[in-house]
Amino acid sequence: MNQVPLQRCSYGPYSRAMIRICKEESFHQRQGYDIMMKLVKGTDAQKEMAQDALNRWWWPSLMMFGPSDADSVHSAQSMAWGIKQDSNDDLRQKFVDQTVPQADYLGLKVPDPDVKWNEAKGHYDFGEVDWNEFYEVLKGNGPCNAERMAARQNAWNDGKWFRDGLMAHARKREARKMAAE
Amino acid sequence: MTVDVKTDSALFELALRMGDNTLILGQQVSAWCGLAPILEEDIALANTALDLIGQTKLWLGFAGEIEGKGRGADDLAFLRDARAFRNVLLVEQPNGDFGQTLMRQYLFDAWHLPMLTALKTSTEKRVADIAEKSAKEAAYHLERSEDLIIRLGDGSDESHQRMQTALDALWPFAGELTEADETDNELAKRGLAPDLSGIKKQHESRMRSALKEATLEIPDAAIRKGGKQGMHSEGLGYILSDMQWLQRAYPGAKW
Amino acid sequence: MSNEWPLWEVFIRGQHGLSHRHVGSLHAPDAEMAINNARDVYTRRNEGVSIWVVQSKDISASAPGDKEPLYEPSNSKVYRHPTFFDIPDEVGHM
Repeated sequence: MNQVPLQRCSYGPYSRAMIRICKEESFHQRQGYDIMMKLVKGTDAQKEMAQDALNRWWWPSLMMFGPSDADSVHSAQSMAWGIKQDSNDDLRQKFVDQTVPQADYLGLKVPDPDVKWNEAKGHYDFGEVDWNEFYEVLKGNGPCNAERMAARQNAWNDGKWFRDGLMAHARKREARKMAAE
Repeated sequence: MTVDVKTDSALFELALRMGDNTLILGQQVSAWCGLAPILEEDIALANTALDLIGQTKLWLGFAGEIEGKGRGADDLAFLRDARAFRNVLLVEQPNGDFGQTLMRQYLFDAWHLPMLTALKTSTEKRVADIAEKSAKEAAYHLERSEDLIIRLGDGSDESHQRMQTALDALWPFAGELTEADETDNELAKRGLAPDLSGIKKQHESRMRSALKEATLEIPDAAIRKGGKQGMHSEGLGYILSDMQWLQRAYPGAKW
Repeated sequence: MSNEWPLWEVFIRGQHGLSHRHVGSLHAPDAEMAINNARDVYTRRNEGVSIWVVQSKDISASAPGDKEPLYEPSNSKVYRHPTFFDIPDEVGHM
């Protein structure tokens, strides 16, 4: 949802990458929904898993669109430059409008008592994101932040000998080629 | 000639051996996803793991049909215990460092390609079809793993040392792939699978020439075997408990 | 000498393509491995395609003509110049 309009981003490399990424993400989105359908049609334990997963990820999903337009430091400028096509709040609204009916179809309940269709606006109303939690995550205090960073850094450090070894081989090859010429 | 595949125990063993090798190796290799030394290798290795799991579906699906008891590929993968697995000990060896994972992959690929190539002429059409499809993937895996072990063996001092350590640890397990037992002999006699002594020659000559180019020394060690008959190391139990946890915890659920 | 793998630009001509098209970049220790990696990263091993790789640092680029300061690239790395590559056809119908 955020990525599709970014295919028209004014920054070329970003736009080109987004075209490739969206193809894969569309697959992922469908695959994810397919898995949810299997769960809600499955055993009681599986239905419980599906609702639990929605409860756990609903709010973080809304947070992913970024701070509200009023509080977003870079939004106005990014939109003026055409780097961003839609505001954070517009995209968040679009996400809610699209996913609440998807959850209804699955027989799952979005964990927000304020979610309600607003006929006048033609959109769903929904509750306020816990922005304290959002800013804590941004600061690196998310629930798995340290573990994730450590995993990436360990992978990079553990792989140093591999990258260096292949560079060493590439240099040997180059030297042998030069010697042969 | 097409044999009556139903309840053919030798053919069932062949399908299990092929499928369990790709299943256990695929499961192990997939553990690197997100943790490889560089993104490009991460993607390549994850692709290899996916190929292997895809091949597993074909082999174990076929095994289930031969058995004729209504078990499908998922049942065979997720609901058998270690003793019923027929993979060689090589593929259940730990991932270790990236060098060990690559060396294990190479020793396997160098057998897998000639084995699948020979199975393309199996007297059983289903075997020939699966081999045909898998051989293309295996050729790519071999090209890649061989290139990497040569480069790393003949790379920096550290990469050389690590690849030598990996070879020392894994070489004893390479022989089981081409060590024929009664089942292999029966399969060869019926033309269902190749005579393993021929595969052994191809496997060894390919490995020896690549390892030489990699400046690595083949250790002098006895063959370690037993996996093909279901006699596994402790490691397989841990691999299975990880892989089979969901199906064991929620029996009967469809995913 | 740096042990960081150099960056390569990847160009692919599909089976029925007329010319090579820039698809992206990747890291590799040498050209041969860059081509191997490109097969996994950008073609999903699609056979019958032709792949070119060239080190990013070896590409010379014209200066972007657009005077709009907003689009002025912040450094000299050619692969960051938005005007350097064609916009893929797919953009049109998306």
